[in-house]
Amino acid sequence: MIELNDVHKSFGENEVLKGITASVQKGEVVCIIGPSGSGKSTILRCINGLESYDRGEISVEGLKVDRDASSIVKVRTQVSMVFQRFNLFPHRTVLENVVEGPLYVKKEQRAAALDRGRALLAQVGLAEKADAHPPQLSGGQQQRVAIARALAMQPKAILFDEPTSALDPELVGDVLGVMRKLADDGMTMVVVTHEMGFARDVADRVLFIDGGVIVEQGPAKALLNQPQHPRTQDFLRRVLHPL
Amino acid sequence: MKGFWHDAVEFFPILMSGVALTIVVTIGSLLLSTVLGLVWAMMRVSGIGVLSAISASLINVIRGIPIIVLLFYLYFVMPDLGVTLSALQAAILGLGIAYSAYQAENFRAGIEAIDRGQIEAAQSIGMGWWLTMRRVVLPQAVRIVLPPYGNVMIMMLKDSSQASTITVAELALQGKLIASSTFKNTNVFTMVAVMYLTMSIPLILLVRHFEKRAGKK
Repeated sequence: MIELNDVHKSFGENEVLKGITASVQKGEVVCIIGPSGSGKSTILRCINGLESYDRGEISVEGLKVDRDASSIVKVRTQVSMVFQRFNLFPHRTVLENVVEGPLYVKKEQRAAALDRGRALLAQVGLAEKADAHPPQLSGGQQQRVAIARALAMQPKAILFDEPTSALDPELVGDVLGVMRKLADDGMTMVVVTHEMGFARDVADRVLFIDGGVIVEQGPAKALLNQPQHPRTQDFLRRVLHPL
Repeated sequence: MKGFWHDAVEFFPILMSGVALTIVVTIGSLLLSTVLGLVWAMMRVSGIGVLSAISASLINVIRGIPIIVLLFYLYFVMPDLGVTLSALQAAILGLGIAYSAYQAENFRAGIEAIDRGQIEAAQSIGMGWWLTMRRVVLPQAVRIVLPPYGNVMIMMLKDSSQASTITVAELALQGKLIASSTFKNTNVFTMVAVMYLTMSIPLILLVRHFEKRAGKK
């Protein structure tokens, strides 16, 4: 349902994506791993039009992603995004954060949207925090609210941009648990992550990206347990055994 | 200060008519500067190059001209160009335009203080530019902008006295007229100063309230 064909992207002189071709099927969980600065996040940001790309084509359910076209709203309501730094709206309550998109972008009925918002908060284990404001929550709780906000759009896929990198280690598990449940329920997910355990257990496929190209890709367990390319081997050795 | 209270009772009604005009000029130019300032600020942050450039140069032109010259221009020069304004209209327009530059910079600072990530989050749930402004950016920017906005209100109250230079009979001009016909400079201008101060104090308290509230968040 998500197709990338020879996507190129530069920031000034610096070419961060050098021809990315990949696809994500419906119901698939794809993890993108690689060193920082390799272009992982940029790929996600291009898929829902937060960044433009210079060459190639990205499409979602056959709809071309073009951030300057009005169709971008349609893409964004189908593909939600969860950010590293949560990016909740601090001036609104947790429940208001969740129903903001359904109410103001999709113009849903207020009562129905609020009911679903509460159900989603219960699903991520935060039913009792509905009326709190985001700054009162821990990072892990904020990220789970952000996931509920993404789900409230009833998206066909969710993009996760290093969802646990800004969290204290003891809070990572709660967020990964919610994501694992989503994957089990059949949600299409693209996850940029450094959590190799999550990638191994939950992902169907893993892409290893370095220097703006896909160096290696394959089924999660095979790629993480027996990487073929020397750069993948080197990267995994450093991530898994930092000392 | 001889006979101050006697003079005070006598001049009070005349000065109060000046106060009324001072308030009209202040509120009128405050509203105008707020609307214009918002327009300039929106153009500036619109991300559209032409609009942003127009707004930036407008702000610089306005900032570079003294208020008094702007008032003279509107009141004395515009009639030559076929646009005749009453003194009050020219005063409100002039002060409103002059202050719109400061308002715009203030509003822009408030808008740009909002974390970029929140704007991306709004976009990622399909919000367009205006919806993002209305639901995410402006409600938070208001809190940041209010304390300096209160200060602008105080400055405008005082600068409304410049309208006296184009014959608007507000507080300062009324005072000057009484003083020059009675030679009771001390009594009259003391009254004028106290009356300006009396009007400023509620605004000063308001600013303090805004600052406290902004500090709490």
